Amino acid sequence: MKISLTLNNRPKTFDVAPDEYLVDTLRRYGYTSVRRGCDTTSCGVCTLLVDDKPVPSCAFLSARADGARLTTVEGIPETASKLAEHFGERGADQCGFCNPGIALAVHSMEQSGMPADDATIDHYLVGNLCRCTGYQSQREAIKAYLGDKK
Amino acid sequence: MKINQLKQVETLDEAYRLLNEDRRNVVIAGGAWLKMSSRTVETGIDLSNLSLDYIEETPEALRIGSMTTLRQLETHAGVRALYKGMLSTSISQIMGVGLRNLVTIGGSIIGKYGFSDVLPALLAMETSLVFHSQGEIPLEDFLESKGRINDVLVSINIRKKKGVGYFKKVKQTALAFATLNIAVSRSEGLYKIAIGSRPSVATLAREAMEEVNLAESVDDETIARAAEHATSLKFSSNPSASEDYRAILARVYTGRGLKEVRDCED
Amino acid sequence: MKKTKTVNQQVPSVDGKGIMMGRPAFTDDLTPRNALVIKVLRSPHAFAKITSIDTSEAERIEGVELILTHKDFKRNAYTRAGQGYPEPSPHDKFVLDEYVRYVGDEVAAVAAVDEATAEAAVKAIDVEYEKLDPVLDFETAKDNDTLVHPEDDIYEMFPIGFDPKRNVAASYHMEVGDVEKTLSESEITVENTYYTQAQAHVMLEPHTVNAQLDYQNRLVLISATQTPWHVRRILSQTLEIPLSRIRVIKPRVGGGFGGKQAIHGEMLAAAVTMRTGQPSRLTYTREEVFESSYTRHPMRMTIRMGAKRDGTITSIDFHGLSDTGAYGEHALTVYMVTGSKVLPLYNKVDAVRFQGDIVYTNHVSSGAYRGYGAVQGNYAVESTIDMLAEKLGMDPFALREKNMMLENETSPIFEIMGEGTEGTAMVMESNKLDYCVARGKELIGYDEKYPRRETGESKVRSIGGAIAMQGSGIPYIDMGAATIKLNDDGFYNLTVGATDIGQGSDTILAQIAAEQLGVAVDKVIVYSSDTDLTPFDVGAYASSTTYVSGNAVLKAARSMRRMVIDEAARTLDVNAEDITFEGEVFKVEGSAPLTLSDLSNRLYYNEDQKQLTTTGSYYGTKSPPPFMAGFVEIELDTETGEYEILEYASVVDCGTTINPALARGQVEGGLMQGIGMAAFEDVEYSKKGKMITGDLLNYKIPTNLSVKKFTTEFADSYEESGPYGAKSVAEIGTDTPPAAIANAVYNAVGVRIDSLPITPEKIQKAMNDKKENDV
Ligand SMILES: Cc1cc2nc3c(=O)[nH]c(=O)nc-3n(C[C@H](O)[C@H](O)[C@H](O)COP(=O)(O)OP(=O)(O)OC[C@H]3O[C@@H](n4cnc5c(N)ncnc54)[C@H](O)[C@@H]3O)c2cc1C
Ligand code: FES
Ligand code: FES
Repeated sequence: MKISLTLNNRPKTFDVAPDEYLVDTLRRYGYTSVRRGCDTTSCGVCTLLVDDKPVPSCAFLSARADGARLTTVEGIPETASKLAEHFGERGADQCGFCNPGIALAVHSMEQSGMPADDATIDHYLVGNLCRCTGYQSQREAIKAYLGDKK
Repeated sequence: MKINQLKQVETLDEAYRLLNEDRRNVVIAGGAWLKMSSRTVETGIDLSNLSLDYIEETPEALRIGSMTTLRQLETHAGVRALYKGMLSTSISQIMGVGLRNLVTIGGSIIGKYGFSDVLPALLAMETSLVFHSQGEIPLEDFLESKGRINDVLVSINIRKKKGVGYFKKVKQTALAFATLNIAVSRSEGLYKIAIGSRPSVATLAREAMEEVNLAESVDDETIARAAEHATSLKFSSNPSASEDYRAILARVYTGRGLKEVRDCED
Repeated sequence: MKKTKTVNQQVPSVDGKGIMMGRPAFTDDLTPRNALVIKVLRSPHAFAKITSIDTSEAERIEGVELILTHKDFKRNAYTRAGQGYPEPSPHDKFVLDEYVRYVGDEVAAVAAVDEATAEAAVKAIDVEYEKLDPVLDFETAKDNDTLVHPEDDIYEMFPIGFDPKRNVAASYHMEVGDVEKTLSESEITVENTYYTQAQAHVMLEPHTVNAQLDYQNRLVLISATQTPWHVRRILSQTLEIPLSRIRVIKPRVGGGFGGKQAIHGEMLAAAVTMRTGQPSRLTYTREEVFESSYTRHPMRMTIRMGAKRDGTITSIDFHGLSDTGAYGEHALTVYMVTGSKVLPLYNKVDAVRFQGDIVYTNHVSSGAYRGYGAVQGNYAVESTIDMLAEKLGMDPFALREKNMMLENETSPIFEIMGEGTEGTAMVMESNKLDYCVARGKELIGYDEKYPRRETGESKVRSIGGAIAMQGSGIPYIDMGAATIKLNDDGFYNLTVGATDIGQGSDTILAQIAAEQLGVAVDKVIVYSSDTDLTPFDVGAYASSTTYVSGNAVLKAARSMRRMVIDEAARTLDVNAEDITFEGEVFKVEGSAPLTLSDLSNRLYYNEDQKQLTTTGSYYGTKSPPPFMAGFVEIELDTETGEYEILEYASVVDCGTTINPALARGQVEGGLMQGIGMAAFEDVEYSKKGKMITGDLLNYKIPTNLSVKKFTTEFADSYEESGPYGAKSVAEIGTDTPPAAIANAVYNAVGVRIDSLPITPEKIQKAMNDKKENDV
């Protein structure tokens, strides 16, 4: 079936199977920043913004995205680039497999004007697993990023 | 899960008809749990066009559409005010924000998941379910019912009462299923205790409730006796904990929960 | 140390921004279009012989291009271990075999036009098995009636104690002095037995590979691997493809931790592409990553320790048993490190013995995993040290400080034990363990908080700690090389074989080159790794990259510096000695300065044209250990045994930190993996040997709420033999948490948990048992 949506503010039409999930559709169409880390909706690597809210794209049926507004990390270059600088300062940039998902979640925190305290950051990002860092460096970087924006 | 076709239904009647037409047809809510099943679905009945994602507040009750996401509930002021936020607290400990933006309250109830964190909280309040065909039934009755559900859940009603609540999820990590979860409430002088992830599905700890509800005064000794009663529920072992350890957790947290709601101002 | 501009400075990583912005980087992002999808049929049985395998129905499915079974491969025993050659692991695995030795072992592979077709074909393959009795308890594996490897065409490459007819993959024994005698003469002795569990790597990028034939008809693999050269060699030997016809490219890798040191999908992808001529891809599902790659070696370790009443430790006896699972990858070497990277910490003993068998079972294979044995050994030894301290009535850190190895000291173990072979004698030229301990105690507030404080009804807070060491590469074995090339406009390319797998080695190596060349890091364009284009490197393992590959880069950079100065001298017509050169401008008294940019433009376009390029290579003649002291503060619920990690404070001596932020990242990331292992991570099997924790719903890794606070510091230390004074830092973080947490739990409630993970349930039960015994 065909779905029409906006991806990073551009109109797109994709042909999708009824049991296909957004992560697979997007990768199939070349948007490889959205990656898969698990098969049980447990890791957050595949995080995508649908209508500005983070969701696991590995569990979001593509057919349901008809008419939706999707944002991948390519759609938020400024957030990603600035956040990367804060990550770099604290050694939070390791393999980076988890990073695009985190950038999107942070972007949505910023958009919805959430407070940049440790507890809020942890609560908002607990679903984004990282196996490389000890998380503390990420938390500090996110806090610094959100703090800069205030 | 394989889905041969996905049907975004326009009416509840259509959903109900499709569901009963073929045993291989399935209602899809958030779809996150269904995704992990290995079955082949003939028609996926997608409820997302039915505007069932709402939370309505009346003076007596909260009416929650079955497609309301857990994240909507977690952040809703009315839900947060109910029983000192017992339900939103329980929800806030389910996976991450991303998943909660996707999964629904309806899917969370229909699945009768043993690990469910919402069920103890809902049981410790006064909750009923409104089905398209069957109409309204109490949550407890639904949890005790057996067999395939051939009906579409439309909404969840929670009686609005003045009360206080306590919720505890014992878990290995923030993203783990509960080793045990427990909700304790006090409203209009009556206590309720619901214990889940035993690992079977949540249930009211009636003996323990009786102990406190019939007591002249809910002193520490009464609570200790009630907590002991909680261990007589049926517990079993799985990789995250043994039967014995679950019983210990039930005792400890029943005691702590009761004390907290007893001492908490309404 | 001379003032540095780049090294030991805050320098952003060369790749962090591009990765965060989602640029195509990882193997699956670079898969050729139309690649055949490979799916693997895996064994449902823990041990079985395939009696028949019928692929005819699967072959008939449209879109299926190839099905491979054991009948399609020549029997060439190999090891997936991904080590240097000859490997210290037995050659005991076949690409596909008629035996399947664990649930998840490969039975057949399908290559089809898409995933759905490949999956359908996998289901359509009809296999008959003769089920065999599996060995599922490693303590009964040796001399069991069941032989995990009954076949005769498997072998060891050199003596490692390989004895498959007894289910022994390898075994080891060494003794210094007379342990039995020393122990029997000790005034105080303690003994305890410890168990460590299988831990899963859970790198977030699953094992991924794709293969294609290029227009020279060569096999090109893009693989998420830590060891491209070993992959190339092992593929060539096993599939009998000339080495010269294989190219292995390692793009960005999404974490490895040892799991990607091994060969996983590469063999099947190569075979499919060689046979069909078509590109192919194989990405493990998360379940396959759990069930069909590697875990950490589970072990049983019995420690006996003897001491004088004054607290002098006189002897240590270490007797272990390690479970290598179905195949013997890293069997001997991991086990040896269990001793060799722990026992030298207490170098003043009169006698020390280390021995044990590494046995086959029908579980998922064990393999390399960050910490590599040292974490298991550390848990056993460092727990026992605390037990001994209690018996002596001494503070456990006073006991450590009295007995631990200090700067300029050595241990006879270095010479006796290497990795699979004999070792190399060395003196600790840099060892700030004494500072690490003293500073760590300050950071955690040891003097005020040790051992415990009640913090409320049924809550106590306590402190526990441990010390650790690791290595920096394998001496005389690990080799790394680096090539530096000058470009017009005066910037450099640095190509290295060293594999960045997310640990930041590209950045660190670029910093080392930039420092020596006197330029900013963005003037050094780093590329890793490609067996066609970059020089050799053994790969990212054994904590070797900074030390070994870093030294190679330093050599190459020194040589390049000389080359540009010589060229400048020729251009300016002066003696090289008369030139002062920081990195960008050649200055000579009395004549106009020449910039590097002008020089290089001239070299490429105008006069005396030539390409400047140079290669440095390095192998270690020793393996200077990094050291650390780790302290944890926990708060424990005395009714339920639940505990929270309030703070983990560590002080690390890794020599110079080339990039302090990345070094911190390595330490805290390692700590988190060690904490996961200590506290809850646990690979579990059903009674029939099927993994029941084979997904992220049932196998839990730490989250951002698992540890409240890390405090991480580095000792001021300089290792003469390392590049700008650096040693390694990649693994050591993993080592201390199991013992530190076990010690903290003991200090909180007086129960010693001697099996990992240290779960609330175990603590609660031990407290209960203790209470009953006390009554
Ligand atoms: C990785 C993961 C971890 C989780 N961890 C937890 C946890 O720790 N605690 C916890 O409480 N929960 C947890 N859950 C469960 C989650 O909160 C939801 O309850 C679950 O995903 C089901 O919601 P859904 O909207 O995805 O339902 P779906 O998967 O769409 O549906 C679930 C079932 O309900 C049926 N159904 C759904 N809606 C209706 C309806 N309106 N009428 C009739 N039938 C209906 C479906 O047919 C299906 O059988 C977890 C889920 C996942 C995926
Ligand atoms: S891929 Fe793991 S949550 Fe989506
Ligand atoms: S940086 Fe590797 S998973 Fe987060």
